[in-house]
Amino acid sequence: MIETKYIKSLAKKGERADGRALDEYRQPIEVEYGASAKNAEGSALVRIGETVVIAGVKMELGEPYSDRPDEGTIMVNVEMLPLSSPKFESGPPGIDAIELARVVDRAIRESKAIDMKGLCLVPGEKMWTVIIDIYPLNSAGNLFDASSLAAMAALKNTRLPAVVDGKIDYKHRTDEGLPLAKDALECTVYKIENSFFIDPTVEEEEAVDARLTVGVTQEGHICAMQKGGYEPLTEEDIKMMVGLAIKKTAELRKVL
Amino acid sequence: MSYDKRFDGRELNELRPIRAKTGVVKNAVGSAMFEIGKTKAIAAVYGPRELHPKHLQNPSCGRLRCNYNMLAFSGSGDRVRPGPSRRSKEISYVTELALSPVLDLSAFPKTVVDVFIELVQTDAGTRCAGICAASMALADAGFRMKDLVCAVSVGVVGDTPVVDLCYDEEAYEDGAVDIPVAMMPRSGKITLLQLDGDLSKEKFEEALSMAREACNKIYEVQKKALKERYKESSQ
Repeated sequence: MIETKYIKSLAKKGERADGRALDEYRQPIEVEYGASAKNAEGSALVRIGETVVIAGVKMELGEPYSDRPDEGTIMVNVEMLPLSSPKFESGPPGIDAIELARVVDRAIRESKAIDMKGLCLVPGEKMWTVIIDIYPLNSAGNLFDASSLAAMAALKNTRLPAVVDGKIDYKHRTDEGLPLAKDALECTVYKIENSFFIDPTVEEEEAVDARLTVGVTQEGHICAMQKGGYEPLTEEDIKMMVGLAIKKTAELRKVL
Repeated sequence: MSYDKRFDGRELNELRPIRAKTGVVKNAVGSAMFEIGKTKAIAAVYGPRELHPKHLQNPSCGRLRCNYNMLAFSGSGDRVRPGPSRRSKEISYVTELALSPVLDLSAFPKTVVDVFIELVQTDAGTRCAGICAASMALADAGFRMKDLVCAVSVGVVGDTPVVDLCYDEEAYEDGAVDIPVAMMPRSGKITLLQLDGDLSKEKFEEALSMAREACNKIYEVQKKALKERYKESSQ
C-alpha cells in the first residue's frame, strides 16, 4: 500500500522508483535460443531485467478442423509456476494465466505470423498443431512483453520433426523450420495518473490504473490489442499508447 | 550381446557432465539449478510461511512440501500434459522423504517450506537431478541442515552395472534396471531408494555400491556452487 502510494506520487512527477525513463526497458534484454533443445522442437529463454520467461514449442499431428480443412492450428498455454513468485499457487490456471496466453496467441494468430496453410500436410486429413508453452521462471513484472518475445523466439527456433508413415518421429528433427511469414511482438503501455510508461516492475503493476497491450508486426501494423486495468482511457491516451508501443516493439525486435 | 561400451562413451562409473548454480530464481528465498548431461532441473524455495489447510500444521515443527513438475516441452516424444500426474505426485512425495532427514524445521512450527522443482529438459535421472537442486536450494535459503542430499541413478544396462543412466540406456532393448538413490554424503546413509527392473541380489548390490562414489562427486559440485554464491555476496 505504501509502495503503491509512493509509485503514484512519483508517477505524477513523471518519475519511477528505479530511476528509469518512462519509455525505458530494464536491461538486459536477452534471448537465449534452444534453452530446452533436446526434446522441444523449438525453445527460447527471455530475460527483461529480472523477469525470466521460457517458451517451448512441441509439434503434434492432427486432423484439420472441418471449417478450415487446409490449415494447421496453433495453441498457446501459460502456466504461472509457483517456482517463479511467492504470489503464485499450484492449481488450474487462473485468469491471469488465461489472459496472458490469449493475448500472446492473438498477436501471433491475427498477424498471420505463421502461414497456417503451410502447416497443412494433407487437406482435410493431416495438419501440424503448434503448441507453445510459456512459463515465467522469475516473475518480476511485464510478463506480457517477455512472453510474447519468448513465444516468437521459440517459433523462430523451431525445427520440424521427421514424419515417417504419417507418424511423428520425435527422435529425428529435420532442417525445416515453421512457415513463418512475419514477426509479431507485443509491447504493453501502462498508465498511472497521467503518466504513461512501459516495462513495469511488480510494484508498479500493482499501482497501475490501466494498461494497453499492442501487438505490432515488423511493418509497424497493429495486429492485436488488449486493454486491462479498471480505469478508462481516452482516445488521446490510446493514440499515444499505440504510438509508443510501435516504437518500442521495433526496439525489442532487434534482439530477435 | 553384452553392454560394455556406453552409448555416450562414458566409463561405467562416470557421471555425465554436471553444472550447478545457486541463486537462479531471484524471487525465491533460495534456489538452484542442477544440470547433469541433458537433464536440467531448477528448484526454488519459498517460506517458511503459514500452512493451509490448518489441520496439516504441526505445532512443534515446520513441514517440508515438495512439488516436482516437468515443463510441457521437456520430455522426449509427446508433449507432457500440464498439471500433476500420478507419476509426478509420487516423485514429489519421495523427494520430501529424501530431503526431510537433513532438514531441521523445528524453529518454524505450524509453517510450510515449499520447494518447487521444475524440469526444463529431461534425459533420464530427473528425480535425482531435482533432489540435488532442491537440497542446494534449501542450503542457499539458509535453513539448518545436517548435510546436503546427493542423488544419482545407478543401474544395470544389459548385464552391466553403470551409474547415471541416460534415456537411451534406460530404454535399452535388452533390458535395463534403474535404481534412483539419494544419499547424505557425510554418513553415506540412503534417503531415497527405488528400483525399476529385474535383477539378482548380487547385481543389485554391485550397482548400489557404485552410488557412494558417484554421490561424493556430486557433493563436491554442490558444495562448490554454494561457495561460489557465498563469494559473490561477500563482495
